[in-house]
Amino acid sequence: MSENTVGGTAAAGPADPALPPTNRDVMPGSHTRGPDNEGSGKKSASAPSALRRLGGGTGVARNAGLVIALVLLCIVGFVTAGDRFLSTDNITTILASAATLGIISIGMTFVITGGGIDLSVGSVLGLATVWATTLATQTMAADTHWIIMVFTAMAVGAVAGLINGAIVAYGRVVSFIATLAMLIGARGLAEIISNRQTQLVTVQPFLDTFRADILGLPVTVWMFIIVAIAGWVLLNRTTFGRRTIAVGGNPEAARLAGIKVKRHMMYLFTLAGLTVGIAAVTMMARTRSGSSTNGTLYELDAIAAVVVGGTLLIGGRGTILGTVFGVLIFQTLTNIFVLNNLSTSAQAITKGVILVAAVLLQQRFASRARSS
Amino acid sequence: MTASTMRRRFTVAAGISVAALTLAACTGNTPEEVATDSDMQSAAPAAGGNDEEGETVTIGFSAPAADHGWMGAMTTQAVDEAAEYGDVELLVAEGTNDVNLQISQMETFINDGVDAIVVVPFDGAALTGVALEAMEAGIPVINVDREFSDPNAARVTILGDNYGMGVSAGEFICEQLGDQPDAVVAEIAGIDNLPLTQDRSQGFADALSECGLDVDNRVAADFTVQGGESATANLLQAAPEIHAIWNHDDDQGVGVLSAIDNAGRDEFILVGGAGSANMMREIESGESVVQATVVYPATQAADGIRIARLLAQGNAMSDLVEVEVPRTIQLFAPVVTADNVEQYLPHAFES
Repeated sequence: MSENTVGGTAAAGPADPALPPTNRDVMPGSHTRGPDNEGSGKKSASAPSALRRLGGGTGVARNAGLVIALVLLCIVGFVTAGDRFLSTDNITTILASAATLGIISIGMTFVITGGGIDLSVGSVLGLATVWATTLATQTMAADTHWIIMVFTAMAVGAVAGLINGAIVAYGRVVSFIATLAMLIGARGLAEIISNRQTQLVTVQPFLDTFRADILGLPVTVWMFIIVAIAGWVLLNRTTFGRRTIAVGGNPEAARLAGIKVKRHMMYLFTLAGLTVGIAAVTMMARTRSGSSTNGTLYELDAIAAVVVGGTLLIGGRGTILGTVFGVLIFQTLTNIFVLNNLSTSAQAITKGVILVAAVLLQQRFASRARSS
Repeated sequence: MTASTMRRRFTVAAGISVAALTLAACTGNTPEEVATDSDMQSAAPAAGGNDEEGETVTIGFSAPAADHGWMGAMTTQAVDEAAEYGDVELLVAEGTNDVNLQISQMETFINDGVDAIVVVPFDGAALTGVALEAMEAGIPVINVDREFSDPNAARVTILGDNYGMGVSAGEFICEQLGDQPDAVVAEIAGIDNLPLTQDRSQGFADALSECGLDVDNRVAADFTVQGGESATANLLQAAPEIHAIWNHDDDQGVGVLSAIDNAGRDEFILVGGAGSANMMREIESGESVVQATVVYPATQAADGIRIARLLAQGNAMSDLVEVEVPRTIQLFAPVVTADNVEQYLPHAFES
């Protein structure tokens, strides 16, 4: 796949009013680039420098930096906390903590790769947990079957995503604004439904199903693994994935190539909403409750994980594997700080530094890869 | 605009907020038996004394958003308390965590010429200025829970005892573990940058040091269920054996318990904070790691309403000899255990 070097900055606003606006339209100085993505095969031949191989090419090579970062973190964890860090229980804890955010981040990767952003994931997560627990805790359905709860959470997420997508694609509202509106509105609805009280899950079969372990790993972690694998296949091995990259890289070219850009954008947001619904199930299992405060600030954590993973914020390049590493890096960091009884403030500083460092490195790699 | 139309507008606004509250109470949740103050005290307005109906007074009430169980209970109980009295007209401003909006609400009350203002500030320091204005305008301000930075800004201050909460929790743990000087004690705090969290932690550390213990592992959550869950999950990995945990806040306690259940740990005692009905039921069951919780009364705002009424009608607290209402009232932070739980459970808030 050759690099499509269309120079020049994008005009503010979509070049063609028939297209939904993407992040490219609100970020001055972003170049319109061709598709470029993990697993998309070889780039055009160039001088083999190690750095460049890290920066582009196959998914594994591009994620080398992240793997190194995670390994370094683990070494720090082992040196400072020893066997407690490496114990199976601790690793399970890290993975289980990562599951909810991880599932959301997979959906977020698709939206960002397609040139949008979804700020509503945290609020919709709260809404989905509240909606599903309302069914299960209130007199109208005290004996709710757990399948209904799962289905409700996923439906609430998907519908919220569909509304986001419709407003962005057909209302041609910048996704930052459309999903900001959903962030505010969904939280309000969650507060009304739950009357701002924490609703305990009383449906025992639900808890038995989702708090169980399979082959030594919690069910919620398996859910994360399955969503991640499905996401990877969808992005790298299907037409849907290729279209996502095309739409994010250059919506105009995608339209000319016969992709229904608007409809595709709507699908992307719906997909993100669906992952939020799945994440809501893990959240209910982890906390045994639904609350309107669930998912506060998760949108920022998810965006951070996606960006650290190497997905371009302007769209056109996405990596599921990178996102998974991004989520794991942040969760491992949190875990190491708690194991060593360090303050949360120091943790916040470190997270900020990691975020900036990762993006700086990524830019270096990207520009080297392009300048060849 | 004349005062009377302002007054009428306000009555309408208050009516709408009460209607909204009622509506919210009807949506969703199981119609639980909400413990109102009325079944709590012998003092459903009895004949005679201060409870006798006097001249009608207008009280303005402003509080932060009821974004967790305890704060929700504060507002609900205050509104219920005002409804007990036929001579109190309560203007309830919308709950908000935006100090700018809260300042405007106070200004509206001042312009409206209410007889007293009961305010639970989101941030005491930020609201001190406007409270001073109210006092200068001759309207007594009752400052609840979060203190103003100037003592002249309030006629009466009603406070919980955050430092005392920490002390109560520490003393209880000392009683339980006193003979094990190397016992591992962990602390799950709330939002670390709030002064109240710092006070609680200070009290806890001071009380523990009395019996030669200290806090070995400390994590901070954020008063939410999810925050309590993730902080606790990591904490349990950090300390393979723990003897006692103090969790500052029972709203986040739901998540704390969930993480403990996940990890399958039960070698320690857990002490809660605030005193939610959930935790008290855990204590009552006798099968839970929750052995105690330290009450942080949610009745403060309701007491604020009563005090405001006394002030506006020129009465004093009849149980005291003093002819004026005192300046400061600090509520006690009792420890609820299996021995006295049935005494507290009926008045506990639902998180």
